[in-house]
Amino acid sequence: MKYLKEIAIIFGITMIGELLNQWIPFPVPAGVYGLFILLGLLCSGAVKLQDVQATGNLLLDLMPLMFIPSAVGLIEKFDELKAILVPFFVITVVSTLVVMTVTGKSAEWIIRRQKKEEN
Amino acid sequence: MPLYFGMFVSVAAYLVGMALKKKLGWAILNPLLVAILLVMALLKATGISYGDYNQGASYISYFLTPATVCLAIPLYKQLELLKKNLAAVLCGITTGVAGSVLSIFAMSLVFRLERVHYVSLLPKSITTAIGMGVAEEAGGIVTITIVSIIFTGILGNIVAEGWFKLVGIREPIAKGLALGTAAHAIGTSKALELGEVEGAMSSLSIAVAGLMTVIAVPLMAGLIG
Repeated sequence: MKYLKEIAIIFGITMIGELLNQWIPFPVPAGVYGLFILLGLLCSGAVKLQDVQATGNLLLDLMPLMFIPSAVGLIEKFDELKAILVPFFVITVVSTLVVMTVTGKSAEWIIRRQKKEEN
Repeated sequence: MPLYFGMFVSVAAYLVGMALKKKLGWAILNPLLVAILLVMALLKATGISYGDYNQGASYISYFLTPATVCLAIPLYKQLELLKKNLAAVLCGITTGVAGSVLSIFAMSLVFRLERVHYVSLLPKSITTAIGMGVAEEAGGIVTITIVSIIFTGILGNIVAEGWFKLVGIREPIAKGLALGTAAHAIGTSKALELGEVEGAMSSLSIAVAGLMTVIAVPLMAGLIG
């Protein structure tokens, strides 16, 4: 019964996210709408953590698995990429490292400054 | 083809990836990457088409939407931490999104990319569902966008731990923000492995960076005509 209730809540929120995704003309995915709905419900106390936690943690544990099918699909799309293979590779690698570095460093800079002020 | 072929093969390949990582402990042996390459090799070797594989495997992908919803759970648990570090969160994600579109713009100039390829790459650091829509609006080739998003995610997932050490990023909050902003949900699955704080910050970054990119791409798209 525990799982039944949890799955019902998670599927229900997912469905509402899908409806919002269809109705609102922004390219915001259903899952992101659902994320904020569940967060709102948790914060308001309408849904308790133990009402979603076991199923939620299972889904989060299995999340990497869910990327495999679409990633394997790359074998079919290789032709479209051939024309820009080298720039594609360089741009993707460099910009990913740039984003990681500037995000991490700027956040860390603020966190450390806050810690100093507190002391 | 049995419907469960695709599902079984995907799960089994991931298990092999996990076992290899445990046994050898090399960072490059990322279980996700190993699983993807194993399935690709299997399809090539047996001549089974991607369509036949995906007929069953696609059911796994359907669970990505409820899994994304459940990212609210680590986020909720770390809400106090988020409120306390709101400035760092917003600043980190904003500089990350700016760094992403500006570095892609600069390199597109260097490589003299056509506009259609440039705008296809602009949303590469955000989650597929948002990125596809953004690329389509800007007149890009959606296939290239999808490939670059998945490649970015896997790359971020693989290199994050080593790169954080190399450039000296140590705060769990900063690591989570960096992973989510650079490598969306695939990066977030790595962040969840690193810890609950990392996972929560990364989950938040998917949503915030995605929404900021929706605004940034149309502004940047016009710069290469």
